[in-house]
Amino acid sequence: MARIGVFVCHCGINIAGVVDVEKVVEEISKYPDVVHAEHYKYMCSDPGQNLIVNAIKEKRLDGVVVAACSPNMHETTFRNACERAGLNRYRCEMANIREQSSWVHADEPEKATEKAIQILQVTVEKVKLNSELKEAAVPVTKRCLVIGGGIAGIQAALDVADAGYEVILVEKTPSIGGHMAQLSETFPTLDCSQCILTPKMVAVSRHPNIKLMTYAEVVDVKGFVGNFKVKIHQKARYVTSDCNICGKCEEVCPVIAPNEFDRNLSPRKAIYLPFPQAVPARYTIDTNHCLGLNPLVCGKCKEVCEAKAIDYDMRDEEIEVDVGAIIVATGYELFPKEKIGEYGYGVYPDVIDGLEFERLLSASGPTGGEVVRPSDGKVPKVVAFIQCTASRDPDSYMPYCSKICCMYTAKHAMLYKHHVHDGKAYVFYIDIRAGGKDYEEFVKRAMEEERITYIRGKVSKVFRRGDKMVVWGSDTLSGEFVELEADLVVLASAIVPIPDTKKVANLLKIPVDENSFLKEAHPKLRPVETLVQGVYICGAAHGPKDIPETVAQASGASSKAIAILSGKELYHEPTTAEVNMDACSGCRVCVNLCPFSAITFNETTHTVEINEILCEGCGTCVAACPTGALKLRNMTDKQIFNMIRAALSGGD
Amino acid sequence: MGFEPKIVAFLCNWCAYSGADLAGVSRLQYPPNMIPIRVMCSGRVDPQFVLEAFKNGADGVFIGGCHTPGDCHYVVGNFKAFKRVVMLKKMLAQLGIEPERLRIEWVSASEGRKFAEVSKEFVEQVRSLGPLNYGKREKA
Repeated sequence: MARIGVFVCHCGINIAGVVDVEKVVEEISKYPDVVHAEHYKYMCSDPGQNLIVNAIKEKRLDGVVVAACSPNMHETTFRNACERAGLNRYRCEMANIREQSSWVHADEPEKATEKAIQILQVTVEKVKLNSELKEAAVPVTKRCLVIGGGIAGIQAALDVADAGYEVILVEKTPSIGGHMAQLSETFPTLDCSQCILTPKMVAVSRHPNIKLMTYAEVVDVKGFVGNFKVKIHQKARYVTSDCNICGKCEEVCPVIAPNEFDRNLSPRKAIYLPFPQAVPARYTIDTNHCLGLNPLVCGKCKEVCEAKAIDYDMRDEEIEVDVGAIIVATGYELFPKEKIGEYGYGVYPDVIDGLEFERLLSASGPTGGEVVRPSDGKVPKVVAFIQCTASRDPDSYMPYCSKICCMYTAKHAMLYKHHVHDGKAYVFYIDIRAGGKDYEEFVKRAMEEERITYIRGKVSKVFRRGDKMVVWGSDTLSGEFVELEADLVVLASAIVPIPDTKKVANLLKIPVDENSFLKEAHPKLRPVETLVQGVYICGAAHGPKDIPETVAQASGASSKAIAILSGKELYHEPTTAEVNMDACSGCRVCVNLCPFSAITFNETTHTVEINEILCEGCGTCVAACPTGALKLRNMTDKQIFNMIRAALSGGD
Repeated sequence: MGFEPKIVAFLCNWCAYSGADLAGVSRLQYPPNMIPIRVMCSGRVDPQFVLEAFKNGADGVFIGGCHTPGDCHYVVGNFKAFKRVVMLKKMLAQLGIEPERLRIEWVSASEGRKFAEVSKEFVEQVRSLGPLNYGKREKA
C-alpha cells in the first residue's frame, strides 16, 4: 500500500476560477492509496511548498502528486521540495490541470473539474509504481575537441582555452583561418579581414592550452558526454616543425599546381605555404602533385632546405584522444559552380563567384589587389553582380536564403568602385535583406553614395558576345526586359555545408536538416546544443551566417562546453530503459531502434545490454520488445496500463 | 444527454504535450473529452496500450508526436509510432473497430492552435462514430 499525498493548487484564479478545487480534493481523497489531500492558493510559493514538506513528514507520505501547472513549468520546484522532506524526487509527479484543463475548458467548469480529477487519478497511478531513482554520476575528461579551424573553431577554441581547459583543434587543411582568411574586407566596416583574423590565429598557435592539429581529420568518435574517445587521422605533410619558411624549397620546386587558397586563380608549387600568414607557419608537400617524395626522381626541395625540415619518410598517423566535450565548426562551401548551367559559370572564365572576387580584391591575392578579368587580364569597366544564385530557388537549387550575399555583394560593388573609379557596377537582386547592425545603412551607402545601380529582378541567362558577357534579366519594377553587356559577372552563390558535414554528423550521431546543415537541439532555446549531450555546434556548418553571428555562436557553444568541463561529475537522468536478462531472447529488435547506440548485444550472454549514460529514455525500444524484457524506469508498461484504466474510469 | 466520447491521448513530451501546453497558455478552447497521458516519445506507445484503451472503454485513441522528418527529440521515434499506427489500423478493422477511432498527428511545441483544432476535429469524428462499448460487448 502506497501512501500518496495530493496537493491541489488554485494558481490564484487560474485554476480555481474554473475547476472546483474543493470537489477535486473531496473526490481524490476517496481514491485508493491517497491518504492526504488538500488545496492551497499558490502551491509553488514558500508556504505552499511547506505544506507539502510538512505533510510528507507528518503523514509519512511515500508519494506526492501536485495538481497545478505543466510539469515543464514547476516539476523541478516540487521535486526539490520533496527532497527537502526526505522523499526521493522521483516519487513526485505533477498533474497538469491548468494548461490542459482550466485554461482550455473555461466555459465548461463542471467538465473541466471532472477532467482534472481524471488527470489526477492517472498521475496517482503513475506515482504509485514510481521507483526511487538516483541520477548516475559520471566523471568528466577536462578536454575539449574543436572540429574545424575557421573563425568559428578559432573563437570556440580560444574561449575554452582561456577558461583553463585543454583544447584540441583539428583542421582538415594545412592552415587554420578558413574562408575568413580569403576575404579582402569585411562588411559593414570594411575592416581588413586578415588584419583582424591573423592575431587570433597566432593566439591559437601560442596558447598553452591549445593543441593544434592541422592537416588532420576526425575519423571515429565513441563514448558519451564527458567521456568521448576520438580517433584523429594526421596526414603526413613531409615537412617537420623545423621549417623556418625561408621559401627556398618553393623556388626550386618544378611542379605547378592550382592554388586552392586563391580559388585556383593562381598557381602554386607542390611544396607550398597556403598563404603568407598561415598557422602553423610551415610548408606542406602536396603528394597529389609532388613528383614522388623520392630524391632519385626530384628531391630538389630537400637539397635546398637549410633547416633540414623535409622528411620524405614521414607517414600518416592515427592518434587517439579522450575529450569531455566536442564543438563542431566545419563551415561552408559555395554552391558547386559546375551545377549552375544558365549563368555559364565554369564555362566562361569571366563568370566568377564571390570568393573568387574576394581574391581579386585582396592585396594578398593573385593580382595584388588589382581587379582584372581572369580571361585577358583587362580591367573590367562594367561588372554585373547576380544575387541569390542558387539560393531561394526551391525548384532547381537551394530553397533557403544564404543570408550574407546581399551584404557582401554591396561590399563587392563598393570595393570595385573604389578600385576602378570610372567603372559601372550593376546588382541584380530579388529583394535586399540587410537585417544586422549597421547593415541597412551600408546598403544605402552602396546605392546612394557609391552610385551602384540596383536592378530588382532575376537573371535568366548569361552568355558571351565577342569579349563581353551578356546578361539577360528582367527589371520587375519597370516590367521591362534588361540586356546588359558586362566585362565581368560575379555570382553570389548559395552557401552550402561542406560535403564532409554529413560524415562528421554521422560520426557524432547528430542530425542534419533537409539541406544538410547541422541541426540544433531547439531552434529557439537551444541553438548551439545538439541532441547528443556534450556535442555543440557553431558557425556556417549550422546555417548561413555572417562573421559577428558566427563569433557569438562560437562563444555560446564554448560556454556550453565549459559548463560540462567545469563540473566534477555529470549527472544523467535515471529514467532510462533497463533489461531483464532472464527474459531477453537476444532477438536484437531493439538494437537497431535505438538512435543513440545505447543498446549493444553481448555475444557471451546472448542478451542485450543498455548503457544507461547513452540512453535518453525515449522508450521506443521498450515498446518494441516482443518478450517484455525491456522496461522504461518510472514509465513501465504496468504503470501505463494502470494509467489508461484510470483515464477511462468514472462516468459513462 | 448526448454521447460524450472518451478519448485517451498519448502526447510526446517535447512536441505534442508542449503544443497542448501552448494551447492552454494561449487560452484556446477545445472539448474536454481527451485525457492526456504524457510519454517522453510517441515511439514509447506500445500497440498494446492502444488495444488496452479500447478494451477499457475508450471510444477513441489519439497519439501526438513531433513532425516528420527531423523534429523528433529522439531522432526517429515518431516514424516508429507512425508505422505502428499503420499496423494497428489494419488490426482494429479486423477486430471490428473503426480504424478512424485511432489518430496520429504531428503537433510541434509551437502549434498550440493546431493542437486545439485537431482535438476538436477528433472529438467530433469519434462522436459521429458513436460509442464503441468494446469491453462491454465482450462481456455480453
